[in-house]
Formats: sequence, C-alpha cells, structure tokens
Amino acid sequence: MERTAIIGIGMTKQERRKESETFSDMVFEAVTKALNDAEMTIKDIDNIVTGCNDFWDGRTISSMAVGDASGAWDKNISCVEGDGTFVALYGLTRILSGSYRATLITAHSKGSESISSLITNAMFDPIYTRPLGLDAITSSALQAKCYMDKYGITEEQCAMVSVKNHRNAKNNPYSQLPMDLSVKDVLNSRRLADPIKLLDASPITDGACAIILADEGMAKRFSKHPVWIRGVGFCADAYHLGDRDLAECKSLEKAAKTAYRMAGIENPFKEIDVAEIYDAFSYQELMWSEGLGFCEKGEGGKLVESGKTEMGGSMPINPSGGCLSAHAVIAAGLIRIAEAVLQVRGGAGKRQIPDVKTGLAHGINGPCGQSHCVWILGE
Amino acid sequence: MSEKEMELLTKGSGEAEQPFRYSVGRWGSKFLIELRDHKKLLGIRCPKCQKVYVPPRQVCSPCFQRMEELVELSDKGTLMAFTIIRFSFIDPETGITRPVPYGYGFIKLDGCDNSFQHFINIEDESKVKIGARVQAVFSEERKGNLMDIKYFEMIDD
Ligand SMILES: [Zn+2]
Repeated sequence: MERTAIIGIGMTKQERRKESETFSDMVFEAVTKALNDAEMTIKDIDNIVTGCNDFWDGRTISSMAVGDASGAWDKNISCVEGDGTFVALYGLTRILSGSYRATLITAHSKGSESISSLITNAMFDPIYTRPLGLDAITSSALQAKCYMDKYGITEEQCAMVSVKNHRNAKNNPYSQLPMDLSVKDVLNSRRLADPIKLLDASPITDGACAIILADEGMAKRFSKHPVWIRGVGFCADAYHLGDRDLAECKSLEKAAKTAYRMAGIENPFKEIDVAEIYDAFSYQELMWSEGLGFCEKGEGGKLVESGKTEMGGSMPINPSGGCLSAHAVIAAGLIRIAEAVLQVRGGAGKRQIPDVKTGLAHGINGPCGQSHCVWILGE
Repeated sequence: MSEKEMELLTKGSGEAEQPFRYSVGRWGSKFLIELRDHKKLLGIRCPKCQKVYVPPRQVCSPCFQRMEELVELSDKGTLMAFTIIRFSFIDPETGITRPVPYGYGFIKLDGCDNSFQHFINIEDESKVKIGARVQAVFSEERKGNLMDIKYFEMIDD
C-alpha cells in the first residue's frame, strides 16, 4: 500500500445536548480544529467525505447540509452513511486511487434531537422485525445473552468494563460521562433488557469529529508528526440477525486479520500498544477484544479481570472512556481513530499511554456489529 | 449577552408523517398468506447448500444462489436466545408505549437452519432458558402480517 497518513484531527466536546449548535455548527468546529491541527487551510484540501445518516439528521441528502461547514464549496464532496471508520476508509481509497492528495473526513450526529429507539428500530426489516420493536438495545441484549451463555461471561465481568471506561473518561475533557463507579453500581442500575442494565449501555450524545488524510508527499510537506496508516481491514456479516451466530464475531476476526496482515502484525496483544474499540455496550468490549485476537475466544471476561486493559496494563483499551462514556453515533468510530492518533503522537494529555508506537482503532456498523472496520496506526 | 443567558429555540418536525407502503414481495406474501389462512409456517430451501431459511426470501446469501423451493416447517422449535425488555418503549406500529416487561426470542424452528424472531411468553420466567422448546400460538383473527403469530410459548416436549 502507498503510504498515507493522518495529519490532522479535531473534535467537539461530546455532550448530552448541544442546544446552541446545529449539526453543521458542530461539524464546522471539528473541521476548523482539524485544519489548525494540520496547519492547513481549506485550500489545501482537494476533496471531502462526510459521514451522515438521514434518519439521525432528520432530512434526506443530509450530507449536503454539512457542505458549507466542511468547506466543500467548489470541491468534490461525497458521503458515507455509516460509522466514521467506514467514512475514513472511503477517504483513504480516494487517496490511494491517485486522484486526490488531501481528504477531509467528517462525521457527526445529534442523538438529542430524536427518539433513539425509533431510529435504531428503523434499521431493521419493516415486515418481519420492526413490528416487534427490536432496537439497538434489545438486539444487543439478545447478542449479549448468546455470547455470555456460550462462554460463561458474567454480568460482573461486563460491569468491570463500564467501571474502567467511565473512570478513564475522567482524563478526557471531550467525554460526556466521567464517573467513579463500582461494579455494584453497574449491577444495581436499572434493568433495560436482560442482561443489559443502564450502566452497561452507552449514552445519547451530540458530537462531531474531523480528520485529514494525506498522501506521503502532502504529509511530509505539512506535518511534523504524521501518523501513518499501516493497515485497514473491513468485513460484513449477514443482515438478518436470525441468519447469524450472534455469539461469534467472525466478520471482526476477518477484518482484524486483514488489517494485521497489511501492517505486518503477528501477535496483536504484544505489538499493539493501545486500542480504542467500539463499546456501545459493556459486553461488546469483551467480545470485540476476542475478535481482535487480544485473547482466546471466551476469555474476554478474564482479560478485563486481569487488569491488563486498564490504563496501566499491558493492553490499555479505551483510555478515552470509549463509547460507554460518550456515544455520538456515526462520529464514534472516527473519534476512536482520532484518539488513537493522539496516542501515537504522544498528545493525549492526561489519558496518554506511555511510549505508544502502534495504536488500533475499531468501528462497527449495523445491528450487533454486523460489519467491522479495523485501523492500525503507527509512527 | 453570554451563552448561558441567551434564549435558544428549537423547532419540531410537525405532525405529518412519512408513510410508506412496503412491498412484501412474492415469497413474503406466500409466507404471510399461508400463515393467515392455514396457520402454517413456510421456509425456503437453497438448491446449492440445502439450507432452509425462514421467512422465505429470494437469495441464499453465502451461496449467492436463487431459491425457489418452499418447504413447510413445524410450528415448534428451540429457543436460541432471548431477552426480557423492562424499559418502556414506543411501539413503532402504534406510537403507543408498550407495557413492560415482555420477551423477545430467537427461535430455530424444526426443519429450519436460521432463527426466526418473535415475542415469547414470559409468564413463567423460570422456564425461559436457552435451549427451551417452544411452540407458536396463533392469533384468532389473522390479517396476513407478523402478528398473526401472537407469541411463542414454552412447552414440555
Ligand atoms: Zn445456499
């Protein structure tokens, strides 16, 4: 693969409700920060890919509504309706095509403006699944049940993820829910859909993120600290939940393998210094850790118990606080990439892990991690 | 004027909806009509891998193969996964909050290779377990939609 780098990142603070900003205002803030970070002006950008979802934005061709804020006037702009990791993947392929040199990627959503359960219900088949009222929480509860039952994962182990990530969020000024919690607090929180309780679930969030991708020449010209894209992998599972084995995440295993092969990684647990992964629910961090090969199948619970995924552990996961502490849908995966970039640069402030050479960022799309995208970033 | 003092407005989306009339399609119509008229569940078999899917659809995804052979399935099956919903939720069909708690399950019908999603009867929660045997309970008045099955109930079998 030609060398491509991330040379700028910017994000808004993630909050429950940003009353004074429209979604395009949020995008403008993130884009301005990313350009400043890259020491670029909008003139240096030759194309834009936005991450927009018409349902979350409440209008069709929502991408066009963030054109001004993304500096797209008189430029080539395209859109991905999905998680930010997939938006960035499209941006990367545009650079690799040789047609573009500097791509601005944006992603945003305002969870506060709609009824989340109705929007996530709308991702399902309208004839056979939607009438049952299935949404992100209830479908994930079904997956959690399958996974926990098959591998003997306990509710306590899931709760430990929530405790860790909310504690990590205390070091992240952009996160929404920094909290000191105990395992007991999580276990005693309101039951939503068994086995998922309120504190096992990510919050409703408003937020935006932007990153700038550049080819080698542009990266060297503009950036003193480019973060190189060493590998990317992406794979999708079946759409119908009933066609899948929900206790497994085969599409993640495949996406991770592709990304590791590209990056020349043989032992991910040893060779990756920090991981930002998409923990929409606490059980997901355990399940995705297994899919990413950080531990054996069914050992995700033991991994969190061992303390290795804590800030001071050998494989810190989600020092930012993860999605459990702030979950702006669509933006969330791009935020994982931006956080991994900060870690590789050594610029993550109080949440910095020492001596990061290789970082991993992960995003999901579709119900119960239907598709996964894995990024390996390095110095 | 500081941000805190400033009055900030919002605008509702209005009362008009975006109504759709989704085509159920050839295979879906056969499935729902059989359910309505004969209380029978139909699956469809892939000619290549022999897997049977419910509800019937055109394409076997792993084989990328057109399917045409309908097969009758049992109304009994095995509970593969379930959850009990305890938070109040707006019913997308009616717009009214549905009373909680209630149960969803993934049911692998006998003779079928994938799982079917529906409500499960959770009256006796102690019997609701992965691997439990279940049977469909049909609605008295059936209209050719998914709710022609009321729910699946736990059976001793
Ligand atoms: Zn087949």
